Amino acid sequence: MSQVLRLLGAVLVLVALPVSAVIETYEFSDPALEERYQVLSAELRCPKCQNQNIADSNAPISRDLRNVLHQQLEAGASDDEILDYMVARYGEFVRYRPRFDGATAVLWLAPALLVLAGLAVALLSLRGRRRQQSPESAELSAAERRRLQELLEKTERDA
Amino acid sequence: MAPRLKLFIPLLLFAAMAVFLFRGLSLDPQELPSALLDRPLPSFSLPALGQERTLQREDLLGEPALLNVWATWCVACRVEHPYLRQLADSGVPIYGVNYKDEDADAARWLGELGNPYRFNIADRDGSLGLDLGVYGAPETYLLDADGVIRYRHVGVVDERVWQTILQPRYQQLLGGDAP
Repeated sequence: MSQVLRLLGAVLVLVALPVSAVIETYEFSDPALEERYQVLSAELRCPKCQNQNIADSNAPISRDLRNVLHQQLEAGASDDEILDYMVARYGEFVRYRPRFDGATAVLWLAPALLVLAGLAVALLSLRGRRRQQSPESAELSAAERRRLQELLEKTERDA
Repeated sequence: MAPRLKLFIPLLLFAAMAVFLFRGLSLDPQELPSALLDRPLPSFSLPALGQERTLQREDLLGEPALLNVWATWCVACRVEHPYLRQLADSGVPIYGVNYKDEDADAARWLGELGNPYRFNIADRDGSLGLDLGVYGAPETYLLDADGVIRYRHVGVVDERVWQTILQPRYQQLLGGDAP
């Protein structure tokens, strides 16, 4: 019985989690708009709470921005127009994928540069290690192979 | 490179990281530069708080001034209020944006705590705040005589903020007017 209760409890916990994520709902005239709403609200960053997007944030400013987003989508604005509107007021900061320019170049290029640097270091150290190993070939020579064969046959005979 | 020198590479990497991290200690990530810096104040047409008139962008022009975004629900606004009165008494023009607030609450607040503002723009639904890029009251904008935003301070304006940040810029704007 207690096992059943425990199982029931676990199921209830799983069911209850998503509920806390919902903040408010908007009615959309077109499902495509709703899809864009989800994408844009996940990409726009809350200026107040900084490490949340406006879809997740409960801050008043996020509520306002979601409201603006909904209005503009319904009014037929394109994604670029909406993002430009937000950036004009809150700066590139408000986007989780800021435009590529002088200030954000480091942000965009650093990962690729670091990977390249890592590859370079790895290649150099691998090459260095190979050079340290014995220069002789790992392949057995004909004489060595003959000797190995002899030894194997000898052990077989003895056994 | 000599193998001995290679041993210093981790040390150099550490030093570079330490420099960046040390710099990070003195940066405030909450302090965002305004996207409107050196841009004109957005135009608006909103009622004045407690007056039968409509305010426009042009009403704020003519001399360098502070534009203070406040609300009665904002605790930090109450903290900075006495200092704003002090500034107003010393002759600094301060305009208020009463941001997403009830007019009656705001009027009571000004009646009880005193009024440092030349006038208050009643931004009931936060539309001007949105155009300004306000993300949390209090915010204080420094405007020049042409209504261009020269600086934005997010947070309480107190004596330290005024003397070290706002006043030097304000004086510069005043000086620019004189000659």
